[in-house]
Amino acid sequence: MDCGDLKMIQLIVNGQPRRFPVGDYGKAQDSNGRVLNITDLLEHMDLQGKRIAIERNGEIVPRSKFDEPMLADGDRLEIVVAVGGG
Amino acid sequence: MRKRETVLDHLNIAGKDYSSRLLVGTGKYKDFPETRAAVGASGAEIITVAIRRTNLGQNPGEPNLLDVLPPSQYTLLPNTAGCYTVEDAVRTLRLARELLDGHTLVKLEVLGDPKTLYPNMVETIKAAEILIKEGFQVMVYTSDDPIAAKQLEEIGCVAIMPLASLIGSGMGILNPWNLQIIIENASVPVIVDAGVGTASDAAIAMELGCDGVLMNTAIAAAQNPILMASAMKKAVEAGREAYLAGRMPKKLYSASPSSPVEGTIAGSSAQQAKTNPFS
Repeated sequence: MDCGDLKMIQLIVNGQPRRFPVGDYGKAQDSNGRVLNITDLLEHMDLQGKRIAIERNGEIVPRSKFDEPMLADGDRLEIVVAVGGG
Repeated sequence: MRKRETVLDHLNIAGKDYSSRLLVGTGKYKDFPETRAAVGASGAEIITVAIRRTNLGQNPGEPNLLDVLPPSQYTLLPNTAGCYTVEDAVRTLRLARELLDGHTLVKLEVLGDPKTLYPNMVETIKAAEILIKEGFQVMVYTSDDPIAAKQLEEIGCVAIMPLASLIGSGMGILNPWNLQIIIENASVPVIVDAGVGTASDAAIAMELGCDGVLMNTAIAAAQNPILMASAMKKAVEAGREAYLAGRMPKKLYSASPSSPVEGTIAGSSAQQAKTNPFS
């Protein structure tokens, strides 16, 4: 993939469909065609360094896996924080 | 001076001692400074938090609750408020455990109805079983049904948290008799969760023998939340001490003077007593 190739994938993030470019990160695809890693995604959404937890397609994504390319078109993500509650 | 019994009277949940028996929520405050001040005034060591989707693309510099109430200082108790199914509750707490670096102490509530926020006990028991199997230490919100409370204990919940009245209602202790049965049957802490409206409610809960009280709205919705937090701290302590002290028996229609009956300067007191229409 060329660095200038702005291939887009669609992810459902917190219930909203959002499109993310994957080509400009220059990451290699894995054998399942997954291209984007969580670290890049968080950076794209201005969430880097925040205290968040992530679920992908119903499964927890541990922080240790944030750098692995694992996101593919159509993935459903939940990104949560702690808020005030009783 | 003799050390009072209460000095070493800790609340023990899942093997950990807490010196405060007041647990507080962190919702409904005006802002984070007020949250922090009220939590501080309450003296609570265990504080509940909710898990919610983060705002995307809005307020990137927004402060985070965990910066205001750091897990290094408080035992955070993530809840499942707003969950109506086993799946939602379990997923929420898995996310909470990841968010809080493997923290396993959680508050489970599976609600049955948005109007009353009454717990769905069938779903609550199912969710508790799954969570306990996955290694969570589950403090569980329950109806004041003694049988359901006992079942939750038997499947391994570390604290049973019956409602005193509906969440956020401030109606106080509506069924002290059921709470008493639950307390008598339980060998894990029983914590009244929901319904406390003011300090006397918290004191009554503790006098009944509850091991603690969890509240949010009673403090957050007071005219002066910080002062109410301080009042609740004292009420929980006072109620606990009264419980430990053991109250005097009630003597219906039978007065007993606190002062000596002999040696009064009015020599005719016995005479007066005889003319008492009640004697």
